Amino acid sequence: MTSLPQTSAAAPPVPSTAKKKRAGRLSGRDIALYAILIGVSAIFLLPLIWMISTSLKTNAEAYTWPPVLIPSTLRFENYAEAWNYQNTDFPRWTLNTIFITVTVMVGVLLSSTLCAYGFARIRFPGRNFWFIFTIATIMLPPQVTLIPLYIAFFRIGWLDTFNPLIIPAWFGGGALNIFLLRQFFMGIPSELEDAAYIDGASRLQILFRIFIPLSVPALLTVTIFTFQGVWNDFYGPLIYLRSFDKFTLALGINQFNGLYGQTQMQYMMAIAFLMTIPMIVVFFVAQRYFIQGITLTGLNR
Amino acid sequence: MAVSTVGKRNRRSRTFWRDTIEGYLFILPVVLGLLIWTLMPMVASFIISFTEYPLLKSPQWVGLQNYVDMFSRPTLRVMHSLGVTLIYGAVALPLSLATALGAAMLLNQKLPFMRVFRTTFYMPTIVPALATAFVWGWMLNPIYGLVNATLKALGLPPGTWLTDASTALPTLIVLSLWTIGPTTVVFLAGLQTIPESLYEAAKIDGANGRQLFWNITLPQLSPTIFFNLITGLIATFQYFLPAFVLTQGGPFFSTFFYNLNLYEKAFKWTQMGLASAMAWLMFAIILALTLILFRGSDALVYYEVKK
Repeated sequence: MTSLPQTSAAAPPVPSTAKKKRAGRLSGRDIALYAILIGVSAIFLLPLIWMISTSLKTNAEAYTWPPVLIPSTLRFENYAEAWNYQNTDFPRWTLNTIFITVTVMVGVLLSSTLCAYGFARIRFPGRNFWFIFTIATIMLPPQVTLIPLYIAFFRIGWLDTFNPLIIPAWFGGGALNIFLLRQFFMGIPSELEDAAYIDGASRLQILFRIFIPLSVPALLTVTIFTFQGVWNDFYGPLIYLRSFDKFTLALGINQFNGLYGQTQMQYMMAIAFLMTIPMIVVFFVAQRYFIQGITLTGLNR
Repeated sequence: MAVSTVGKRNRRSRTFWRDTIEGYLFILPVVLGLLIWTLMPMVASFIISFTEYPLLKSPQWVGLQNYVDMFSRPTLRVMHSLGVTLIYGAVALPLSLATALGAAMLLNQKLPFMRVFRTTFYMPTIVPALATAFVWGWMLNPIYGLVNATLKALGLPPGTWLTDASTALPTLIVLSLWTIGPTTVVFLAGLQTIPESLYEAAKIDGANGRQLFWNITLPQLSPTIFFNLITGLIATFQYFLPAFVLTQGGPFFSTFFYNLNLYEKAFKWTQMGLASAMAWLMFAIILALTLILFRGSDALVYYEVKK
């Protein structure tokens, strides 16, 4: 398992430049590798496949023994029925989630872009201090600030509103995003900036006319990760939201699980898959930026 | 650098002041945020940790009582939940790092269709954690679940998984392997920076696959491994959702993670003082472990000398 890639038993030293692949033929080693890759892929995909499979079964078939992978009839009505299930309001919860996600994304993009530009391109005393301070917050567990924030939000009447989930994003932007954008901005040649400067452009104009158009990949990375984080967030809404009509999708699904989860698994899985679809779409459209973001910040989010 | 005339100096200082003002304007929202959402709450949290604060009443100063209680009152289960978290971290972290490294080496092969496999290895990380938790709960259902059905079909005894105190935590550890996608991507990027010439030189000297792995791959990757270890450590203390949704900390508190305990103390029992003390203990432990890892890494992590 741990032996290295390019070391088939008796491989003679190959010239280092060319990385040739024997055309067409697969060696025994390659076949073994493909077998492992396919096996592992199946294991990785199994939960998602099982989610989709269950979501298309009848209630009776979902609970048959032994379970079957492919439903005898594909029951797409499950999705509509789950969406409109009694004592739930998935349309409303989806709208809430979209609203929170979009406003947070705008706030994060604005504040992190402005701040990253300040750190990357403007020289001022205290810059390094504030930059290191910003980055150091990555090490701070959110629980340390959670309780005073909760108490403060409670005092000013923000509990059970979207404010605690949204407003901080407009004054923060996330240390990692700032770091990533700053790296990107620092790589943009200063000649472009100087030319615009001589033409009398202001810093804001330079940022919006030169830096932002040139940094679309980095900005997309930030956007995608913010989307993923907010769309999937469970802890924040769990703590700050109370009333039924303010729930996010995550809270709503959890509520559904508590009420009907054990007896209506086909609906549970349908809703879980509905929540997954936007993530899959974003991932496939912007896979490059996902991978780039992970590699650049090196972090597991 | 030399300033020749007074005029130039004036202009320079004018730019200096303008840059300073503009610089601070640009970082102002974030600096405000740091003060409002981080620095002030940190101070407040530290003070609250020395009080008894049931939220609806005013806080009472109790000195070090919360800190003493955490260590000396087993009914609070602070030490127990710390133990659960540390066991989880001690097993799940090395296990997922090793698996991610193996997966990255597999995906680093130069074969057709490798992109497809990279995508499938990453897929579980795309699925919202909550959806993943529910589907696992369903697959591990002792009566109707796919996993026990498969075991039975293979003639193996069914497992108790999340329903038994002795198997719940090991089950959650195994489940953590499905979300190694990001770690794998980081390792893959690390593998691709290792110069091919190192392997070729070693192969000419007659090194076998095992030697190449231990003497080239592992040392070259050690900064990446170290980095993943630190971020994994922080994430371990944040572990919440699967335990909250799937086991509620049970059976018999066997999956009562530290962060779940803190959540219950704060938001179920509104013991804000105790919960704050727990948060600071968590921070102190993370810092201490990070420091130990940093010390240890001096000996073990190989950094390329910059020329």
